[in-house]
Amino acid sequence: MDQTVVRAGLPQAVPQASDIPREKLPARRAGRSRWPARLDLLQSASGLFLALFLVAHMFFVSSILISHEAFYTVARFFEGVYFLGKPYPWLVSCVVGGVLTILVLHAWLAMRKFPANFRQYRTFANHRRSLRHRDTGLWWIQLWTGFALFFLTTAHLYGMLSQPELIGPFESADRIWTGNLWPLYLLLLLTVEIHGSIGLYRLALKWGWLEGRDPAASRRRLRWAKTGMSVFFISLGLVTLLAYVQLGIAHADRAGERYVPAASTSSAD
Amino acid sequence: MTANATPRRLELRILRGTPMAPSPPQFESYFVEEAEGMTLFLALNEIRSQQAPSLQFDFVCRAGICGSCGMVIDGRPGLACRTLTRDHGSVITLAPLPVFEWLGDLSVNTGKWMRGMAERLETWIHTTGDPDRLSLEAPMEPAEAEAIYELDRCIECGCCVAGCGTARMREDFVGAIGLNKIARFRLDPRDERSDEDFFALIGDDDGVFGCMTLLGCHDVCPKGLPLQTQIAFLRRKMAAQALK
Repeated sequence: MDQTVVRAGLPQAVPQASDIPREKLPARRAGRSRWPARLDLLQSASGLFLALFLVAHMFFVSSILISHEAFYTVARFFEGVYFLGKPYPWLVSCVVGGVLTILVLHAWLAMRKFPANFRQYRTFANHRRSLRHRDTGLWWIQLWTGFALFFLTTAHLYGMLSQPELIGPFESADRIWTGNLWPLYLLLLLTVEIHGSIGLYRLALKWGWLEGRDPAASRRRLRWAKTGMSVFFISLGLVTLLAYVQLGIAHADRAGERYVPAASTSSAD
Repeated sequence: MTANATPRRLELRILRGTPMAPSPPQFESYFVEEAEGMTLFLALNEIRSQQAPSLQFDFVCRAGICGSCGMVIDGRPGLACRTLTRDHGSVITLAPLPVFEWLGDLSVNTGKWMRGMAERLETWIHTTGDPDRLSLEAPMEPAEAEAIYELDRCIECGCCVAGCGTARMREDFVGAIGLNKIARFRLDPRDERSDEDFFALIGDDDGVFGCMTLLGCHDVCPKGLPLQTQIAFLRRKMAAQALK
């Protein structure tokens, strides 16, 4: 092709790279802060940690479905009884304190993306309503469940932090039924499982994990996994909560009595 | 619609008004008889020629190439020339794309926004050398050229910006189109900028770290650009750059 023709076809106003003085090139600009990137990474890392903790936590608390003894064993495990010879409830407080710190950090980081004023809130709400787009709606759900979790999780974690020794089959069941905390746990279960599964789904899309060769198919699979995770853990949580409620009702007239495992009772006899 | 079926009578509710008009914009209804394979562009043209000569909407190519006829169609951004009326109900609501400067009715000035974005993100090839413009460019690997072309298919219609909740809330956000441009120039072997240079352009909350992964951009893009994967890729690269 005749290069002169090509060149003649270009509008004269189009800048060519060589037209730009070297000093105007953005190369090696070091002034940009690294903090927005670090905060984004921290938000994702803290969210991933909390979601994985949530999964493990659900399996731990649902051990009550196996037996009272199983849950008692899990509770004492976290008090270090199998490593240190006797229970140290403050170890549980340390774990809860760590989780609470990460939770507050995650909430603070996530708040950066919340609508900052009424104009932004109204704009986004109208946009979501008009667009009727699934992933935009998922973020909106995450925003509201996240907002609810500010209160629900801190109430739950404060109880665990301040009374770590009261985690056990009877102790937890009494707290849930006689202590009237079952509505809080019910709300907490629904919001945290929805928030967590959407969070993991969005995290995978955000960083391009599990994309494979067909990102569209991968996204569909992730969506199924998200829904499956929500359904599984909400079901598990409801059954578990029901088990604690039943135990709490049965134990209501002896509320406050600590659980003593059968082995200890027989050895004491 | 089969050949013998009675054609539908479409109602197009169009947001009418101009920025200088004393009264606020309001929806006005126009009725057209649906034709086989009718696009919204054809319906709008019919309305303008027969019912509302003052109706403003933009078009050039009528084939999904120029990106001029972007508008909000039943709540979702899309191109009028690529939208078949048969895919919609008998009442179709049309509004101008948000975010961009509104010129009147369905017409917006996407060019002004695109120009600002291009200048801000410096979306041209940066090189320190002084290439001889009269000689042929150095050849490029076909796979490399195809990868660049894949991202270069963007027609700057503005649908991704209008479909992005972040861009709607935060006017300084560069949008998927800006990030796609950076991904395109990052691929180009003629562009000598490093990831540090690109980080300087998009490594903040107005750039790639402001993206909330709502994916409205990806899902409404009329050209089917891989915006989801490109933004995730850039996020990983820019995060790695931040950790250096």
